[in-house]
Amino acid sequence: MPLYLTEDQTMLRDTAREFMAAEGAIATQLRHWRDIGCKDGFGHGLWKQFAELGFTGILIPEADGGLGLGHVEAGIVLEEIGRNLTPSPFLVTAVAMVEALKGTPHAGRWFPGILAGETVAALALDEGRKHRPEDIEMRAERAGNGFRLTGAKQFVVQGASADLIVVAARAEEGVTLFAVEKAAKGLETEGVRLVDSSIGARMRFEGVEVDADAVIGEVGGGEAVLARVLNAGRAGAAAEMVGLGSAAMGMTVEYLKQRKQFGRLIGEFQALQHRSAHLYSELEIARAATVKAQQLLDEDAADAEAMVSVAKAKAGRAATLAVQEGVQMHGGIGMTDEYDIGLYMKRDRVLNELFGDAAYHADKLARMRGY
Amino acid sequence: MADLETFRTETRAWLEANCPAEMREPVLGESDMCWGGRNPVFKNDAQKLWMERMAERGWTVPDWPKDYGGGGLSPAEAKVLKQEMARIGARNPLYSFGISMLGPALLKYGSEEQKKRFLPEIARGEIRWCQGYSEPNAGSDLAALQTKCEDMGDHWLVNGQKVWTSYADKADWIFCLVRTDFQAPKHKGISFLLFDMKTPGVSTRPILLISGYSPFCETFFDDVKVPKDQVVGEVNKGWDVAKYLLGHEREMISGMGLGGQSESLGKAFAEMLADDPVLRAEMALFDVDAMAFRAMSERFMDELKAGMAHPAQPSMMKYAGTELNKRRHELVMAAGGSDSLEWESERSRKGKAAREWLRTKANSIEGGTSEIQLGIVAKRILDLPGA
Repeated sequence: MPLYLTEDQTMLRDTAREFMAAEGAIATQLRHWRDIGCKDGFGHGLWKQFAELGFTGILIPEADGGLGLGHVEAGIVLEEIGRNLTPSPFLVTAVAMVEALKGTPHAGRWFPGILAGETVAALALDEGRKHRPEDIEMRAERAGNGFRLTGAKQFVVQGASADLIVVAARAEEGVTLFAVEKAAKGLETEGVRLVDSSIGARMRFEGVEVDADAVIGEVGGGEAVLARVLNAGRAGAAAEMVGLGSAAMGMTVEYLKQRKQFGRLIGEFQALQHRSAHLYSELEIARAATVKAQQLLDEDAADAEAMVSVAKAKAGRAATLAVQEGVQMHGGIGMTDEYDIGLYMKRDRVLNELFGDAAYHADKLARMRGY
Repeated sequence: MADLETFRTETRAWLEANCPAEMREPVLGESDMCWGGRNPVFKNDAQKLWMERMAERGWTVPDWPKDYGGGGLSPAEAKVLKQEMARIGARNPLYSFGISMLGPALLKYGSEEQKKRFLPEIARGEIRWCQGYSEPNAGSDLAALQTKCEDMGDHWLVNGQKVWTSYADKADWIFCLVRTDFQAPKHKGISFLLFDMKTPGVSTRPILLISGYSPFCETFFDDVKVPKDQVVGEVNKGWDVAKYLLGHEREMISGMGLGGQSESLGKAFAEMLADDPVLRAEMALFDVDAMAFRAMSERFMDELKAGMAHPAQPSMMKYAGTELNKRRHELVMAAGGSDSLEWESERSRKGKAAREWLRTKANSIEGGTSEIQLGIVAKRILDLPGA
């Protein structure tokens, strides 16, 4: 499989690029929902439009009414989302959570709503300020026919708007994933606006009771499901950061071609040229690593998980460089709310934290390699 | 696709049967590579055998046409061959500036006669080439070169000096940039000339480097007579050939960033890293960058073969690959500690680590400095205004 897009994938990219620039633009989506103080942080109308274009079914098997495509295709859409900072449940719902439900009895319950752009699903995983999926402490105790869930979660993306919350908790047999509906008794959700205007949630599970059939996969088998979910989410977040970084670089380079100081375009200055070129190089490498990881996931290759960590770490660092250089090279106006470049910096920070930052993934890679 | 799988199966079987065990060990630096030439120096019989077996199939240059000694493989087949060689750790059978630099330029700009004359002997490893580009006053500003080439009617007469000529003292022939018009603007008076290093008037002097090795020479031309038919492309249009070739040189050098090809640098130092958390972290971040760059190299080769790569992309690859390789060797030195400071001992294999570390410092200078590459990317890819 060559590491560039096929004809079909190029068509999908063109569709996604055109759609997102027109409908998912910063002025009409991110700024609009932010400025009216929307409690969801995204527009349900746009989510429906995603569904009409088939985006929400990219990873859903054809047998379930989806397109049965792969992570490369999901990444194509995410890159365009990243470019436009388009707020949407796509990454968590249509990528990570679809991966959790796929092939389980829960698919029948939730896929139709996702395909219709009506359902939002969230992942309640992190318990502390950093992503540590190995250290889940939330308890799942046997109770009656099912389980009782007790503990706290944070950084639950779109948790306050979600119909379905997939929760990772530790049962006697080991980590287990549960499908919990939003109205569950004993579930307290506090929506929190994040730096990028998206809405995360802190959730308290005070003895939330669920039936045995709420279990996703096997009891004690949550780590395997979680690995798939996180591979999908991390590769997807990497793709979104590649798009975000590329757009930040693009607008910065354009600025260098317009802004004059000392009677010259500042883009003529070698100091800025070299930093821009270095940034270009980092983003190209990040994109290659990300597509490689997605291809390996689609091939179900043994080393996919290592490459996913590489992609998440590399894309994270490259995108961070892009937004930092972006604000710096814009100078004073880069600090203003009126200019978009600062919004890219905020979103980048959130995406870096989501599903583990570069330090987490570099450490994970080292462990996988035996040091 | 079925054909490709058949090709893979056959290739795998052939490699298994024909690649000697010694040639499945990692290459230990440039002196451990097979370079071919009129008087080739083989480290062992296996090296000779491996080069000959691969050359016989045209697989020293898998994607060159068969007529010129190549394997005639499609891009997809060439990729399969590369993957199958990597699978068993098979070494490159022949390292050669003829293959990586001159060959592609001849394929694009050479006359039919030149292709037939020079390419097959490059493919078979019979002639070792060197590159006469840089001069004492034409380094980063290569087009300022002054080596004089006069038209004497029935021959060219060359006078001047080159520097940083890699392995000029071991090479059989040189591909050389010379000035054929001193009146024209600097890019428009250059020609691309080929000649035998045994021609009277050619002399070389190795330059001792900080690594203690002398991979580069000063090369002097004193009334060197060159036959008229040894200009590649048109007279005074050698800069086009030169730039095209530089792209290939940069690709080759960028590949060095993958040095050693091991999947993880940190893995090799696992034990000592256990109680050195800061170095471990640097290694881990290096491994991230190295794996990401490997994916980039794969994508770059795929795009190149499909004709989709930006013409200035080799500059980006050269920059990123060489900076990565320098970082690799800094880490190897740090992990080696005082062991890696030994310069002559047998224990240190005559200072292998230290000498290689020093060697890598030239990576971001030779073939156009990192700063030159960044400038090219800024202007040609990002379209930033020229200074």
